[in-house]
Amino acid sequence: MPAIVPTTTAKTDAPAASSGSSQRRSRTAYLLLLPGLGWLGVFFVIPIATLFFTSLQAPVEGRSGVYQAAFQISNYAQALGDYWPQFVRSFIYAGLATVLALVIAYPLAYFIAFKAGRWRALMLVLVVAPFFASFLLRTYAWRTILADEGAITTALNALHLLPEDRILNTSIAVVLGLTYNFLPFMILPLYASLEKIDPRLIEASGDLYARPFTGFRKVVFPLSLPGVVAGTLLTFIPAAGDFINARLLGAPGDSMVGTAIQVNFLQFRDYPIASALSFILMAFILVVVFTYIRRAGTEDLV
Amino acid sequence: MSMSSGSSNLGFEVKDLELINLTKRFADFVAVDDLSLTIPAGSFFALLGPSGCGKTTTLRMVAGLEDPTEGQILLGGADLTRLKAYQRPVNTVFQSYALFPHLDVFENVAFGLRRRGIKDVSAAVTAMLELVELGNLSRRKPAQLSGGQQQRVAVARALINHPGVLLLDEPLGALDLKLRRQMQIELKRIQTEVGTSFVHVTHDQEEAMTMADTVAVMNKGRIEQMGAPVEIYDLPRTRFVATFLGQSNEVPGRVTGSSGRDILVDAAGARFAVPAARSAVETGDILVGVRPEKLSISTQGTDIGDGVNAVTGKVIDASFTGVSTQYLVMTSWGGEWMVFEQNHTLGATLRPGDEVIVHWRPEHTFGLAVDSPAVDGLVAESA
Repeated sequence: MPAIVPTTTAKTDAPAASSGSSQRRSRTAYLLLLPGLGWLGVFFVIPIATLFFTSLQAPVEGRSGVYQAAFQISNYAQALGDYWPQFVRSFIYAGLATVLALVIAYPLAYFIAFKAGRWRALMLVLVVAPFFASFLLRTYAWRTILADEGAITTALNALHLLPEDRILNTSIAVVLGLTYNFLPFMILPLYASLEKIDPRLIEASGDLYARPFTGFRKVVFPLSLPGVVAGTLLTFIPAAGDFINARLLGAPGDSMVGTAIQVNFLQFRDYPIASALSFILMAFILVVVFTYIRRAGTEDLV
Repeated sequence: MSMSSGSSNLGFEVKDLELINLTKRFADFVAVDDLSLTIPAGSFFALLGPSGCGKTTTLRMVAGLEDPTEGQILLGGADLTRLKAYQRPVNTVFQSYALFPHLDVFENVAFGLRRRGIKDVSAAVTAMLELVELGNLSRRKPAQLSGGQQQRVAVARALINHPGVLLLDEPLGALDLKLRRQMQIELKRIQTEVGTSFVHVTHDQEEAMTMADTVAVMNKGRIEQMGAPVEIYDLPRTRFVATFLGQSNEVPGRVTGSSGRDILVDAAGARFAVPAARSAVETGDILVGVRPEKLSISTQGTDIGDGVNAVTGKVIDASFTGVSTQYLVMTSWGGEWMVFEQNHTLGATLRPGDEVIVHWRPEHTFGLAVDSPAVDGLVAESA
């Protein structure tokens, strides 16, 4: 993470308590960790191991949808070979949605943090409010909003702004849907890091000859970077693996990796390919995330 | 002051700061009320007052962080009133410093120079860090510095821009007592060295008196009294100043006549002489006042000689503080007086319950108008 996150080294030099009580205390700490570790073990480690073994399975001759343990690494090559366009689309759509969400969320989060005053709590509730309705339902609502006969499409068509004369069932709709659905994941971390910035730093930058925009660029934005990093990751990662938006708002040609995984699991019952796809997606996302964090962390923030 | 601008020994342009009929009204109250004031070039000026008296608002208007409702701000004759904060040749040391946490000491100090497009900043920054004795810490982040060091960075960050006037908003409020004393001396040294005007806002009367050449005591958006610390401490003109700037003992009375250059006051069954030049009123009701360290205290019946003012009472508390003993005396009319007595002799000679006579020389007496309000108790202001 960026170096501007406050360091917590001070905690390590707490006075050493008598060894007996500190041992007891650390035992309590481990006990308290148990439920969390148990949860992770049962619901994360075991499924992921199962998924990994499934991704290497080979089909049983003559019985469709039945597989046996094997070490068939070719599943991965096949998955990648068959579905690379979906991978490319996933990353492009997720990337566009992340950029759009950042552009929309930053001013909003800034406003809530610095200007909203007594409306702050209400605005935060409004940001979270969409979560009260189901994800699926909200995505369906976008079908109505973007419908061919709807106000938005009609208006844009009148201005001849749409290349395909429609929005629904195009990649534009998928990106818009992704942006909308993951926007709160961008706003909340941005708000959290902007809210921590002392407004007097903005005054101080003005006092030191920085015009408002320079002050933003040199002081506020660098200090909000932890929020930018967290927000973009929280938006990009789920958006890259999403399958609902492409399904409901896009054309078949707009399908993403999530769609491919879903179809392989539920329709083709090709569990090894679906598992291999999941692992490849995970690997790609990890690479993207680590590259991004490294860059954001070492970049000269001045 | 005839000097409107000039040059100090470190190449600072020193300029007079003039506030003309400066007023700031918020929705339901007047924070600064028709303030007119000239701060001569090169002075160390303190705006002293309790919380909410308008001192910080005044400072923020000079900095350009608050727009005045009315009035003008001139620096070396040039009108700043309509300029934005980033256009003003004025810099601020903020309360709790507002250092940029993501920049190291060097970049914090260089910030103002870089914003003005100065490319080669390193010589200036190094010189400034030398001035505040932080040369070896230039690559530290603010969070890795102690409070006193952060204070110095804040001063360096502002001073490097050679402001026409440096504004300090409660600069020592976040420091502990010992460090505060040290920084008072330090700030005074820096001010003397660079020669630019410092305008210092504080609620701490000792801080104001230690550092400033001129102290303006503010109350309710107005200046109650202004002058050299010794002057206004010795001769407060209002009850507010008498009680805010140090401690004051008072007895209410009535002017009954005069004798030479003194006016004579009957109060609490005794007669007091007050130099006419030291009294805010010459007839009618008056408060006779005197500072606690000007008092002498003896057991009743002691011969105190002629020509002194005296009140009688009973010691209700005696506390030994090392350099002095502080007595709280319940006077004959029911007022509480504070007496500081130097410990010339060994041990406290008076105990609670002792009947005493408290006396002082007339030239230490001051006379105040009765209707002016005092400070309510001890004014404590949180940072």
